[in-house]
Amino acid sequence: MMTNACLTFRDLTLGYNSHPAIHHLNGTVRKGSLTAVVGANGSGKSTLMKGIVGVLKPMEGSVVRMPGVRTAYLPQQSELDRSFPARVVDLVSLGLWPKRGMLGRYTKEDRESVSKALMAVGLGEFETRPIDTLSGGQLQRTLFARVLLQDADLILLDEPFNAVDAKTMGDLIQLIKRWHGEERTIMVVVHDLDLVRQNFPETLLLARQPVAWGETRETLRPENLLKARRFHEAWEENAPWCEPDHSRDHGHDHDHHDHDHTHDHHHDHSHGSGPRAA
Amino acid sequence: MEFLYGLFIAPFADFAFMQRALFGSLMLSLGACPVGVFLMLRRMSLSGDAMAHAILPGAAAGFLLYGLEILPMTVGGLIAGIVVALGAGAVSRFTIQREDASMAAFYLISLAVGVLMVSIRGSSVDLMHVLFGTVLALNNEALILIGGIVVVTLVSLAIFWRALVAECLDPLFLRSVSRMGSPVHFIFLGLVVLNLVGGFQALGTLLSVGLMMLPAASARFWTVRVEPMCVLAVLIGFASCVAGLLLSYHASLPSGPAIILSAGVVYFFSIVFGSRGALRARIVHHRHRTA
Repeated sequence: MMTNACLTFRDLTLGYNSHPAIHHLNGTVRKGSLTAVVGANGSGKSTLMKGIVGVLKPMEGSVVRMPGVRTAYLPQQSELDRSFPARVVDLVSLGLWPKRGMLGRYTKEDRESVSKALMAVGLGEFETRPIDTLSGGQLQRTLFARVLLQDADLILLDEPFNAVDAKTMGDLIQLIKRWHGEERTIMVVVHDLDLVRQNFPETLLLARQPVAWGETRETLRPENLLKARRFHEAWEENAPWCEPDHSRDHGHDHDHHDHDHTHDHHHDHSHGSGPRAA
Repeated sequence: MEFLYGLFIAPFADFAFMQRALFGSLMLSLGACPVGVFLMLRRMSLSGDAMAHAILPGAAAGFLLYGLEILPMTVGGLIAGIVVALGAGAVSRFTIQREDASMAAFYLISLAVGVLMVSIRGSSVDLMHVLFGTVLALNNEALILIGGIVVVTLVSLAIFWRALVAECLDPLFLRSVSRMGSPVHFIFLGLVVLNLVGGFQALGTLLSVGLMMLPAASARFWTVRVEPMCVLAVLIGFASCVAGLLLSYHASLPSGPAIILSAGVVYFFSIVFGSRGALRARIVHHRHRTA
């Protein structure tokens, strides 16, 4: 293992109902790197994020985090209850959890750092606003303020620019670059490839397995993008079980029909009934 | 003056059973109302109702074995409630079924067992006692029990407050920074059961959830923050208990329903006149600021 690896994936398979959404991922994320994660719908981007945070347990393999790494995670589909009676400060203050835990008192400095975080995302005057009065973009900036407050070494952002206007997006990108300058490790799920080319040094292109991973310009070459586009999103209901000796061929397209063994399967869910990766 | 004294003070000053009833029900409000606020905010208002029904077989088992004694019935109710809460909670946490469905399944089974057990031995008078409680006959044992439940509830809420708020507000975030998510959910369910059991000897299994939910539901119409909401719910609970007991004394009504109905009056008042209620929403609609 490289000493400066913040994250190491070892033969990582993540998925739902025995169907992989991330298939045999190997590799490392360097400490202090800024990586865009791109791919079509259902290519496993969000699933990978969940696997790294640990809210989804691997079906096979492992994610190894550098010891003592503090992680901040901004999910794509937040389970945030916007009808909960809370103010913007209350929501952002949750970001103090890694520092203060469940019982530690918030100090004067803590409250100041909450104000500073809100100021940094341009919501300085929003402290006492109830969260159910925020617009989508304002809420997203509030969540960014919470990430800021978490002061994490590893920051995972899952489609953070959804429902965000151009000016706000520019602000948020500046924030990400600031984090990058502070040697934090950042992975961001993004759809806009131009945005990726302009702002992200490294890119991981996913199509259930990694199609390409490395310097952004290399990764986003037309032939890689084409390869990623050919990937089949839907689950194969009767896809054969992945056997160990077939599992290590990462280089080329995985086409499960190539496997000649077909066993009887007894999983009885219908298409799309379970949770899906986006 | 004399008249007001006779109306409001005398019943409590002159009769020990009224003092006990007041003391017991005020203590109950202190614990149950904040729990009710979180139950409501977690959209589990009806789960509280379901849980109250689930307590019945335990209470019935205590009743079958020891007769109409408060302690065995309470312990029985506690066990039944915790089994159902943990069972339903576990099914929803570890399978795809949501909590509302698993809770409904568990409490219906539990309720059927309970009614069956009461009918094996009891007369309908006994059943009425179990279902509707006897706040005017709270003995020392019962008061000590309620006191213990209130202390446990308030201490637990103080300790787990931040985790409970986080679990309600943004459960996925809590899971990403801490392992407290599942434990705090089960601790909370435990508090719900505890307070329902505390209430059931005073108010009965059917109405004990009323003192939990109605003040909480009323408080929702007056404030936009959790802390004041809990305080307000407790105050509404207090007022309902005093009003209900006086009503019950002067009009010779059963005390449990009188207390809950008083809370109901506050609820309807809050719907109409609350600062976030129906009337206010109408008035504000016609005027707006420039920014």
